[in-house]
Amino acid sequence: MSGHSTYEPKTAFERWLDTRLPIIRFGLDFMEFPTPKNLNYWWTFGAILAFCLATQIITGVILAMHYVANAGLAFGSVEHIMRDVNYGWMIRFIHANGASMFFLAVYIHMFRGIYYGSYKAPREVIWLLGVIIYLLMMATAFMGYVLPWGQMSFWGATVITNIIGSLPIIGGAITTWLWGGFAVDDPTLNRFFSLHYLLPFMIAGVVVLHLWALHVPGNNNPLGVNVKSEKDTIPFHPYYTVKDGFAVAVFVILFATFVFFNPDGLGHADNYIEANPLVTPQHIVPEWYFLPFYAILRAIPNKLMGVLAMFASIGFLFVLPWLDTSKVRSMRYRPSARLFFWIFVVTCIILGFCGAHEPDQQVIPGFGGFQLMDSNINSFVWLSRLGVLGYFGYFLVVMPILGLREVPLPVPESISNPVLAAGSAMPAGATASPEKKG
Amino acid sequence: MADTVATTSPGDDPSRRDFIHIAATAAAVGGAAAIAWPFIDQMNPSGDTLALSSIEFDLTKVQEGQQVVVKWRSKPVFVRYRTPKEIAEAVAGDHADLRDPATDESRHKPGKAQWLILIGVCTHLGCVPNFGQGDYGGWFCPCHGSQYDTSGRIRKGPAPKNLYLPDYTFLSDTKVKIG
Repeated sequence: MSGHSTYEPKTAFERWLDTRLPIIRFGLDFMEFPTPKNLNYWWTFGAILAFCLATQIITGVILAMHYVANAGLAFGSVEHIMRDVNYGWMIRFIHANGASMFFLAVYIHMFRGIYYGSYKAPREVIWLLGVIIYLLMMATAFMGYVLPWGQMSFWGATVITNIIGSLPIIGGAITTWLWGGFAVDDPTLNRFFSLHYLLPFMIAGVVVLHLWALHVPGNNNPLGVNVKSEKDTIPFHPYYTVKDGFAVAVFVILFATFVFFNPDGLGHADNYIEANPLVTPQHIVPEWYFLPFYAILRAIPNKLMGVLAMFASIGFLFVLPWLDTSKVRSMRYRPSARLFFWIFVVTCIILGFCGAHEPDQQVIPGFGGFQLMDSNINSFVWLSRLGVLGYFGYFLVVMPILGLREVPLPVPESISNPVLAAGSAMPAGATASPEKKG
Repeated sequence: MADTVATTSPGDDPSRRDFIHIAATAAAVGGAAAIAWPFIDQMNPSGDTLALSSIEFDLTKVQEGQQVVVKWRSKPVFVRYRTPKEIAEAVAGDHADLRDPATDESRHKPGKAQWLILIGVCTHLGCVPNFGQGDYGGWFCPCHGSQYDTSGRIRKGPAPKNLYLPDYTFLSDTKVKIG
């Protein structure tokens, strides 16, 4: 990883163990990993996400001790957890809100990666592994939401599994295979429970790869310049363990506010009605973290094309490192990229807002508008289409072209010499370092 | 380290070694594929799920102008007793601009125009459309706004297909077997 090890076994036992299983050396080297000294608070979301994953696994294993994965009993067992199990209400609310907190943190983590160009060479694989983790998170969250077997659970599962049914020829057979029947039913609930229990451990496995890939080039940093010498770094422990610890504590305040003061605020009331396969709720919405994708799905009138657009919206994340043509990593030195970045963030939020509303609802209440093609111009369906244009435009037009056309600001020579006098050839501190950490 | 004896021994003949490699790999891949199928197929509908594939329904339970929802293969089935006005509207719709063209004639059994029996699952994303709502007097899907006429044909909204027809037969004038 860092290339050298400073660990010296002190006791006879440590020396014995070090030649057989160098686990202490591994742990100490890991904690001493040289880290850029200028990481800001946006870099603490890695630790926050690790905290979220641990919280979800611990609370989830506990909930599985009391939950029954059976279509006739699941809803009752969740109510049993809420009313009868000691502290069951708290553990379930931590788990349910924990999913939202996990996604909140992962979205900030991803936007941070885009802003500071953390996906650029040589860190493409870190980014790709991150996108895989994100996909696994989405699958896990979706299947977890089905388990309470409320109306939203059932109809959410029905709508999402039917999305796969829109694939030509094989779609129907795959849907039946996923369901284990002719509709979402007991077999579906059982397999979703099994997979919901499995996937978090797969996420943990990919997190190990994510960290391994991170420890090869080392962290990116807010300046986006490579680490030039040991002067640019500090050991991860104690500097970043303390900083991350503080950030986790602040994050827990937000988390606890939801758990204890508004535990159902991010959920949907209809999920406290037991699943009824014969009655669809009047208004189906996914959880907030899926809303932008739901808006993309509904923006396109053709069913198959809508589904493909939704998959493409996530698929483009996989090729992001190769769509961006800019050599400058950090947007701190790319003023025009910064502007488009914030437009992209707002686009994602607008798409989420569209996903929460009925397609033909008016965006500006009372404004008549006019009919354009299939819908009124003042409807959420047209706002979603504008959002879809902005979303894909960012990946397909802005990212490739901006890097070639823009004029970036001068980039500092090193982390230790961020302020450069124009034209100074070689600042005194920036000695060429043979054992470049990165 | 190769000596003359080794190069002439049959075990070192490259073509023989390649054959063994290819044969062993082929057997391993074939074996893995063969064992994978049971692990995939276990997720398909089980025997008892398939066994529940037909039900009988007594039509005297339905009043004219009403519909009754029956559960068949864990899906809702609409049994609708259409009024003459609804039938006339459905027949008139045969000549409209239909997304999934079908005559009303083809959507009910011969001589049983009053009985419309459909799978009550929206062909868009699987929600259950509401009876008697929408612009065409048929069904309206609350999820994404698909509208069906009194023949169960898609007229407006994102759904690509008409409501599907289940397999059914009239056992008598008042009894129908679905499935």
